[in-house]
Amino acid sequence: MAGKVVTITSGKGGVGKTTTTANLSAALAIAGKKVVAIDADIGLRNLDVVMGLENRIVYDLVDVVEGTCRLKQALIRDKRVEGLYLIPAAQTRDKTAVSPEDMIALCDELRQEFDFILIDSPAGIEQGFKNAMSPADRVLIVTTPEISAVRDADRIIGLLEAAGKGPGDLIINRLRADMVQRGDMLDISDVVDVLAIKLIGVIPDDESIIISTNKGVPVIFENNSRASTAFKNISRRLNGEDVPFLNLQPEASFFQKLARFWNGG
Amino acid sequence: MGFFDKIFGSGNKSGNVAKERLQVVLVHDRIKLPPHVMDQLRAELAAVISKYVDVDPGGIDISLSKQARQSRLVADVPLTGAKSEAH
Repeated sequence: MAGKVVTITSGKGGVGKTTTTANLSAALAIAGKKVVAIDADIGLRNLDVVMGLENRIVYDLVDVVEGTCRLKQALIRDKRVEGLYLIPAAQTRDKTAVSPEDMIALCDELRQEFDFILIDSPAGIEQGFKNAMSPADRVLIVTTPEISAVRDADRIIGLLEAAGKGPGDLIINRLRADMVQRGDMLDISDVVDVLAIKLIGVIPDDESIIISTNKGVPVIFENNSRASTAFKNISRRLNGEDVPFLNLQPEASFFQKLARFWNGG
Repeated sequence: MGFFDKIFGSGNKSGNVAKERLQVVLVHDRIKLPPHVMDQLRAELAAVISKYVDVDPGGIDISLSKQARQSRLVADVPLTGAKSEAH
């Protein structure tokens, strides 16, 4: 078995990398894959709390790399689904505790045992990002429909291309269809146009994400919200399936319907 | 753009403003040319071209555009007449 390494990155912080990593990992495990999620954000550990596994950490990524423990000891099993594991980041160290070579060696070992290795990259373009990117077979770039996030995504795509890892696939997170319809938010096509890379998924802005994060239960375990369906669809696309994109349009008003009729749409 | 969009106007919506600003900022990010270097480029370009033909230096327009992941530098140089010694 030769597992696939998928790195989730963004450039800008706070756009949803960790939530995306948690949900895609869970979705792939639910689909029957053996999955390990690695938190590469050393010093700013968060994937553990988003997955709700923070109380079960004994060893972390740095312990594995430094040989303080065996790899198996640092793998935290998620009991909610068969085949889902987490390697948490160290909280008391910094990015320099791990090198790109360490990450490549670790992932080569994990590939023997797992179908998917998902790496949650830290924000920024420094060493932590390089660590997360270096073992990747595939890179997912998360952005929100905001100028600052899209600009940073463009920087990341440039760096990925320069490193021979690009251009990657795009995830647009926190889209508000109502604002797009009013013309007050960048639309999917605007973002795809500007970044000119392939879109792999769009996640609507959804309160259920915040609620599920509060509880430490990835939304995909909990309900059939639109965000959870969106994550499920991305995980199927990662698996090579051809899944149509969700229709995220809000219910049209009378005048909008009239306008569509008038325009022949 | 549809009939209703034309009536109510969507050209100045903040989403469009964002897209236009992004396009400009990304072209400059990608090419890494700050504005003062662009000015210098414009002046030097005018100097070189005016060795061969008469140009209107004030009318030179240099812009950066992008198509997909490729950036392009476009120079529009108005000529005022060919110099006889150019050949």
